Amino acid sequence: MAELQTQNVKKQKPGLFKQNQLAIIVLVLLILFPFIMSLITGQPANEGKPKFWEGQFINFFIMAVYAMSYDLLMGYTGILSFGHAAFFGAGAYTMALWLTHFAPLISSQYKITLPGGMDITTTLLFIVALLLVLIVSILMGLFFSGASVRVKGVYFAMITLAIGEAFHILSKATDFVKWTGADEGLHGVPVPLWINPTQHRLRFYFMALFFMVVMYLFLKRVTESPTGRVFVAIRENENRVRMIGFNPATYRSLAFVTSAIAAGLSGAMFSLWNMSATPSMTSAVTTINALIMTILGGVGTLIGPILGAGLMQIFSQFFYQWFGARWPLVFGLIFIALVVFLPYGIVGTYRLRKQGMKAGWTRFTKQFSAKK
Amino acid sequence: MDNLMLNVSNIQTFIGQFHILEGVSLEVPKGAITVLLGRNGAGKTTTLKSILGLTPPREGIVEFKGNPIQGKRAYDVAAMGIGYVPEHRAIFSNLSVAENLKIAERKKGDLDKKADFIFELFPDLKRLYKLPGNHLSGGQQQMLAVARALVPDNDLLLIDEPSEGLAPILIQQMMEAIRSLSSKTTVLLVEQNFRMASQLAEYYYIIDDGKSVQHGKMADLVNDTETVHRYLGTAVGALGGKR
Repeated sequence: MAELQTQNVKKQKPGLFKQNQLAIIVLVLLILFPFIMSLITGQPANEGKPKFWEGQFINFFIMAVYAMSYDLLMGYTGILSFGHAAFFGAGAYTMALWLTHFAPLISSQYKITLPGGMDITTTLLFIVALLLVLIVSILMGLFFSGASVRVKGVYFAMITLAIGEAFHILSKATDFVKWTGADEGLHGVPVPLWINPTQHRLRFYFMALFFMVVMYLFLKRVTESPTGRVFVAIRENENRVRMIGFNPATYRSLAFVTSAIAAGLSGAMFSLWNMSATPSMTSAVTTINALIMTILGGVGTLIGPILGAGLMQIFSQFFYQWFGARWPLVFGLIFIALVVFLPYGIVGTYRLRKQGMKAGWTRFTKQFSAKK
Repeated sequence: MDNLMLNVSNIQTFIGQFHILEGVSLEVPKGAITVLLGRNGAGKTTTLKSILGLTPPREGIVEFKGNPIQGKRAYDVAAMGIGYVPEHRAIFSNLSVAENLKIAERKKGDLDKKADFIFELFPDLKRLYKLPGNHLSGGQQQMLAVARALVPDNDLLLIDEPSEGLAPILIQQMMEAIRSLSSKTTVLLVEQNFRMASQLAEYYYIIDDGKSVQHGKMADLVNDTETVHRYLGTAVGALGGKR
């Protein structure tokens, strides 16, 4: 074992950069992207074309976190939940309700300033909003896992679908029209000026990028921890987990709560980005989107859902331009083809075939070197 | 009694409506190998599952190191220090050998402490450390299943049919492994292979029709061809005589 360990350490230390070469290059490209766009188009990074493209990427970053949160449940823990939009919507509505109804009320009555005279009221209220989103997400996660602890398989899927739909109905209930705007949703949410996505697009771009990177690292840490190993073991065989001495119910709840936190935060980001919260964010379609993104990219990986979210962004944006309102039809065909030919998603299939592809490539290049 | 690791007294276990165990009593002494013998369907596996709480007994007492554990949840019982190696090579087949072992850690560093011992018992596992469980052969999977139970500090190991479906040479290796680990922990073994059981175990219990019908020292049973014949069938009886 000592030998095995030292091997690992030796591999890891200089590898920190080497192992993550691709990820770091992509990250640097994403950081430079707005400036590159501004160079190419000749427009400032906060206007025109660069602004549009930053918007595309912001949407992608947020949906990537949402898709990763779904994969933690489905891909890692093997929990196929159909109520995931409830987490996303809960985050979005918590943020929007707080900023629309409560934050202005408080800031109109109290002012908190730093000794230097700087007004930090909105900043503090925004931090409170994030904390509220966290708390609501944790409660939602506990509620979902508590309500479904005794059911398995199809019945579990049905229960999560039912709870998800219940929240959807709640979000468009006319009883709360004064608060939530019912069918219309909340629009024109007074997002703090310093992160307003229309005025400070570039700043919001970096905020969303930072959000995705942090959530990726957080979820990576979770999945590689001993707790994450138990998640995977539950996916494999719950009974054997019990034999080893872990309570599967506890770990399922943990998975639910972690996933709900990630989904809730991405929902909150989404409501900031759109400056709105609408019932469509809690609908089953939003859950299905998470499922599609995860399956497209690769189940049981974290990079997969990110890729899936990116593809989804491209599809939804450009297919509408190319095919008009019928774009989901074309997308559906592509989705079927992808599932048939890449059954484990892009990342999953790549990992499975990596060896074979490498061997094929060397055979291919050998041919040429032999001819020479 | 101080030297008892496990005391099972008159447990009654039902699976659905079926009365499977109708009074099994066992005393498993510390630091020895005790084997449960009996025909197919006699209730040996159910006895192990009842001890762990996977099929909780409706009546009776199960004491582990003097503490009653009947009625407790299986994961709590396991965490008290009982390792269970189920039949049919119950590993996590999509996880690697390393992950299969790591997951059994109850404290951080359990595996690092035990790794040398485990690789000494099962040298194959070291070579296969990074491979996924479903790439392993049947015998290797069985070894992994036993190894997994050795990772945490278990005082008692319940091992169900370790020789099932193994080639003779692997049975020999498995026997050696179980014998050498019995110096560290107590073992309660279920084994159909009477020759293996008779060479390994110090004590035996015979379970028939859900009842524990006879027990004693293995050395006595080997010479008692009539009992072996009656409860374990002729074929194994003949083997037992040849010992």
